[in-house]
Parts: sequence; C-alpha cells; structure tokens
Amino acid sequence: MAVTPIKFYQTGSFAVGGRLLGADQRSVQSDRQRINSIDCGHRACQGCGEALGARYALDAAMRATGNRMVAVNATGCLEVFSTPYPETSWRIPWLHSLFGNAPAVATGVAAAMKAKGRTDVRVVGQGGDGGTVDIGFACLSGMFERNDDVLYICYDNEAYMNTGVQRSGATPAAARTATTPAVGPEPGAVFGQGKNVPMIALAHEIPYVATATVADLRDLEAKVTRAMEFRGARYLHVLVPCPLGWGSASHDTILIARLAKESGLFPVFEAEHGEIVATSKIRRRVPVEDYLRRQTRYAHLFGDRPRTDVIARIQAQADRNIRRYDLLGED
Amino acid sequence: MLRQIEGSKAVADAVALCRPEVVCAYPISPQTHIVEGLAELVKSGALEPCEFVNVESEFAAMSVAIGASAAGARAYTATASQGLLYMTEAVFNASGLGLPIVMTVANRAIGAPINIWNDQSDSMALRDAGWIQLYAETNQEAADLHVQAFRIAEELSTPVMVCMDGFVLTHAWEQVDTPDQEQVDAFLPPYEPRQVLDPAEPSSIGAMVGPEAFTEVRYLAHARLMEALDLVPDVSDRFAEAFGRNSGGLTRAYRTEDADTIVIALGSVLGTLKDTVDELREAGLRVGVLGLTCFRPFPADAVRAAVGHARHVVVLERAFEPGVGGIVTQNVVAAAPATHVHTVVAGLGGRAVTKASLDGVLRAADRLPPLTFLDLDRTLIDRELGRLAATRRSGPTAENLLRDLGAVASRIG
Ligand SMILES: Cc1ncc(C[n+]2csc(CCOP(=O)(O)OP(=O)(O)O)c2C)c(N)n1
Ligand code: SF4
Repeated sequence: MAVTPIKFYQTGSFAVGGRLLGADQRSVQSDRQRINSIDCGHRACQGCGEALGARYALDAAMRATGNRMVAVNATGCLEVFSTPYPETSWRIPWLHSLFGNAPAVATGVAAAMKAKGRTDVRVVGQGGDGGTVDIGFACLSGMFERNDDVLYICYDNEAYMNTGVQRSGATPAAARTATTPAVGPEPGAVFGQGKNVPMIALAHEIPYVATATVADLRDLEAKVTRAMEFRGARYLHVLVPCPLGWGSASHDTILIARLAKESGLFPVFEAEHGEIVATSKIRRRVPVEDYLRRQTRYAHLFGDRPRTDVIARIQAQADRNIRRYDLLGED
Repeated sequence: MLRQIEGSKAVADAVALCRPEVVCAYPISPQTHIVEGLAELVKSGALEPCEFVNVESEFAAMSVAIGASAAGARAYTATASQGLLYMTEAVFNASGLGLPIVMTVANRAIGAPINIWNDQSDSMALRDAGWIQLYAETNQEAADLHVQAFRIAEELSTPVMVCMDGFVLTHAWEQVDTPDQEQVDAFLPPYEPRQVLDPAEPSSIGAMVGPEAFTEVRYLAHARLMEALDLVPDVSDRFAEAFGRNSGGLTRAYRTEDADTIVIALGSVLGTLKDTVDELREAGLRVGVLGLTCFRPFPADAVRAAVGHARHVVVLERAFEPGVGGIVTQNVVAAAPATHVHTVVAGLGGRAVTKASLDGVLRAADRLPPLTFLDLDRTLIDRELGRLAATRRSGPTAENLLRDLGAVASRIG
C-alpha cells in the first residue's frame, strides 16, 4: 500500500493516530484489527524510546507480513525488559541468542525458512546501537554482503544502556557516558570518533536502507512497510531517545527525537540499492543548543562556564549534515 | 558401499545423507575438505533442500546454525582449533538453548605458537560447553558417528560434537563403507523440534532468567546430558542392527579383561595403541586399551567397570591443562578412585605417537611418574629454562626454541 505523506506536526492534533484519516491512510496503531507484537507488562523505563520504536516498527512489519514473521533480538535493553522469565511480552515467535550475533542468527532463521519452502515467513533482526554498530557489526556486514533476506533494525540510543550507559561506537561527540566522563580538556565523548552505520549499509548497496526517529511514527511505519516490499538485506536505523541514559524527561522523548532531526544532527533519509532516494526535510530549523539543553548528558556544556566552543563544533556537525543531505531543500 | 575415500569426503557424504537443511562454515585447516565437499553437493543440487551459508566467521557460523535450528531446520557446521574458540560463546549458547546442532571438530592444536597439526586441545577446551562429545577412532567411525549424532542430538534436543583427529583422519584415504540414502532415512527420522519459531504458535526462545530458576535450568541441562549415557549406547546398538557395524557407544575395550595395565585414550591413536598391545601381549605382558568414544557426558560407570581391576591405568592425553596436567585423567580418577592413574601427554601439535614410544610407556607403567610428556626434548627444555633463569625476562620462548633447532633460520633466513 502506498503511503500518502501527511504534512502536519503531530503535536496536539486529533489526527495523531490517524483516526480522522481514510481507512487506507491509517497507521497500524489506529487499525482496530491490529495485533500487538509486544504486549504490555514489559519493564522498560517510562518514556523509553526503544520500547516505542520497537513496538511501532514490529507492528508495521507484522501488518506487512500478514503476521507471518519471526523476530531475532540481540542482548540489550529491549531483550531484557521484554522477557523477564517466565513471562514474555512477545506475541510473535522471538529468539534471543547473544549480544553480538543477532544478524547471523536472523540469517539462520531465514535460511531455515528458505530450505523449508516457507517463503511467506519473514525475518526481522533487531538490536541496540552497541549490539549493532560495535560487537555485532561483523555479522551485520556479512548479512548485508550475502544479501540475506532479513530486515535488520537498529534502535540507536547512542550508548550501551543495558549495562549502565557506557559509550558505544554510536555515542555522539561531547556526550557524557559512564566511560566518557565529563572531565578533562575534551569532556564527554571525543570528537572524530563514531561509526555511521547507515552510510556503511548504503555502501553495501543492499536493496533498502533508511533512518527514522520515534518523533515521526508514521514515517517509521511507512519505512518498515516499504522495507518489507523488498527481498534481501534491509537496514533501518531508528533514533530512540533514552530518558535514563540521556538524562531527559520521560515526557520529552518524542520532542527530543524531533529536535535531533530538526537541528540536522540526525538526518532522516531513505535509500534504495545504494542511492538516497528521499530525505525528510527540516521544517522548522532549530539550533543544536535547543536539543542539547534538554539532556543532562550535555550538562557540562552549559552552566557557569559554558563550552561555547564545543557547542559550535556540534553545530558545525549539524550544518555539515544539512549541506550533505540537502535537509533544507524542497520536499 | 565400500569406497577408497578421504576421511573428510566420507564425513561430508555421511552428513549429506542425514539431509541437513542448513550448512554453514568458515574455513580452517584441517576442517576445510569436509565443508568443501558439502558446498559441492549443495551447489550442484545433489543435496536439497539445503542452504549453504558462507559466513564471515566461526562465531557467525554457529550463530547461523542456532537460528536455523531454532527455526526447525536440521543444522550442521564444522570447525577446528582457533575457529572453535572463536565461536565459543555461541557454542555454549547452542546447548543452553537446547538446539540439536551437529558439528564436526577436526581436532587441531591451539596457538600460540600457531600450529595447524593435530591434537585435541580444541574440543577439550570446550568440554564444559554442554555438548555431547564423541571421538572417532577411524574414518569409518567418523562417518558413522555423524549419522548417530543427529539421532542422539534430536532425541535429546542437545547439540553433539563429533571429534576426528585433524589430518590423521580428515586427510587420510581409507576404505569406508558409506551407507545408502534409504538406510539412513530409515534410521534417522526428520527433525521434529521440541520448541520452534513458528508464527502459527509463537514462542519466545532465549528469555532472560534470574536466580530463582537458573540453577534449575542448569540442573536440567545436566540431567539431559546424563540421559545420553543411556541413549548413546542405545543408538549405537540400533545403528549396529541397521548397518551391521558397531562404531559408537560410550567406550570400547580391547584386551582389558585380564589386563594389569590399561591405557585410556581417545581418537585415532587407539589404532597404534592396539597394535602395541598386541605385540606386548605376545611378549607376555598383560596390557589392554580402553577407548573413550564418548567423553561428554563422561561414562564414569563404564570406565570404572573396565579398569577397576587393573593395577595401573595410563591415560594418554592429547591435550593438557597447564598448571594441572591431564584433563581426561581427572575424570578417570573421579570415576575409579582406587586405581593408580598416570598421565602421559602425547602427540601435541602433531608430533607422531610412535609404537616404540608407547611400548616404552607400557612396559614402564608401574614406574611412571604422575605426569609424563612423551618424547619431550629435555636438552631444549633445559637450555631454555636456563636462559629464562639467567635473563629473568618474560618473552616468547617458541622463537628461541626454533632458533636453537635451526628451523627459523632455514625457513625464513
Ligand atoms: C559478549 C558480551 N559482551 C558484553 C555483554 C554485556 N552487555 C549486555 S547488553 C550490553 C549493552 C547493550 O547496549 P546496546 O546494544 O546499545 O542496547 P541498549 O541496551 O542500549 O538498548 C552489554 C555491553 C554481553 N551480554 N555479551
Ligand atoms: S535504559 Fe533507556 S533504553 Fe533502556 S529501558 Fe530505560 S529508557 Fe529504554
């Protein structure tokens, strides 16, 4: 089903869940027939972006596959908060093996389904940024290179949250984590590091690569739906704020995700077969400071002696993204 | 059908007859010929339906097998040495999840120093991984054990490792009787998973378990492995009935009934040992051999019954635990505490275990110290120990030894 782009902000609108839209334009969440992939009773923190992102992404995948789907999970918050034995929040067949092997395990499931002639059953792999860009990266790259029929979703909360907020390869510069403390001449994570896995995925020329945030859930759903139209390796990188690790208010999760996008720090785009085919334009550009100020992981940049130099460097990163991805252009 | 065939090829053919649905592997000597054989069979369409997944590491190989097995497919992989260690985390995970994966370990030493030749340090290092471990004496046994392994694994929902000595077996051409497809199909029913990823009946596999249940889960894993002590001989008997060959079970005794001295060993060295025993018997010595086909679970009762009457037991170890000594020895001592047990570490990194050396060991069994390294070059050792004492510096010793032997100079220089 083609999704018609809706041009409005979700803040306070009755149209948020798509209730005022025609049936063909409704999002998965407003569909009465919808079956949950993740049920209530899990133990995520209040306002957890990962719980939200996973739920919307998987429900959309469920809908796209007619509920014939298997999910594979890396170790991390999502896995831990959703399966407190002997209970489980998963209403779909779900497998967790290890921290670093989710893409390969998903490949195994896909291979089994192929051998069994179950081409109707689709596979989704998922993990946090640590499980994806760091320890699981070799398996992910292998899965891309073989073009295995798996949609892999990375829920990027920009650190190892499950072990208590340590730096990952996706932690942004200047962010304070337990292993990048806000001390020394360059407080927080150092500049010049970090792994841009969406671009690396793009370089593998797999059928579909996209980024998204939990600020625009219809966009996230549309991307999952689009991803499921392809066979082969697909990669979706979703920015999911983590109130606990970022030191943000639980009710600010959506707002912060939006600010990440509207400042240019997190470019939202879609690519097919190695080429960017769509970017989500910035509608109301905000300075990075608006984004940074809402998170205590950047608190050391403000206060008595503000680090305007560091803020300027982060702003330069955002400006570079805006140029590179043409984020201010026309839709 | 009797064929003159390489061990690896015989194993590849035997595995193929078991109709695996997902095969994945990463190359490492001396395992390569096995999976190359399978790749050929899959790519040519001779083995189908089967997916052959070329992975980027052993860690991924075991992970693919885990996913495939959980999704209800019969899964197989093979590795050796560094590869087995590289996949270790996933090896434990496969047994923890109760997935009946079958894996061949083409036994090879572990570096450093890097050494591609045979000993059993690799599989022995993973003895606590919760896998059933079977060791082949011959290539016939290696082929047959794979057919039995799938049956055992799937009946118990536990993974099985079939260990065969690298090069000595994998690369040796021998006569092997390969069964035909109908025979294997009759012996090995299709894989019916106990718990499977199925959209029609969703289940969560691999959940987080806390202290309230973890001990019980681990106990059950132990209980399942102990069940194998009955199942392994049972499957071996059924195999013998169906194929007319006995090549499995827990232990295999050779001339042990009246023996004063019994040597315990695993794998291909058993052949040389039996020859040595025959010669010593002719010379009037009462010696015998006990081969362990199954090392995990450890067949304590069978070992005790077989060696309990002997005055001396020599455990021929093809791996060892630095700082302790024999690995198999500790299991034997626990099983038969009343016997005199001596450890002889032999054949490390491919050093030949000769009849002459074994003859010496068996003749001197009553005088053996608790720990012996067979054919150890004392001159080299003393020189290096002296050098270490003089310089009081740590550092790589292998290079020094090789230089003393002139090996480095001739190869690199
Ligand atoms: C091999 C291995 N190393 C380390 C860990 C510990 N560990 C478990 S979850 C985790 C962090 C997960 O971080 P991420 O993937 O970013 O997911 P998040 O919890 O942030 O969602 C770590 C380090 C592990 N389970 N396995
Ligand atoms: S720590 Fe962060 S990612 Fe983990 S459950 Fe809490 S909010 Fe979600």
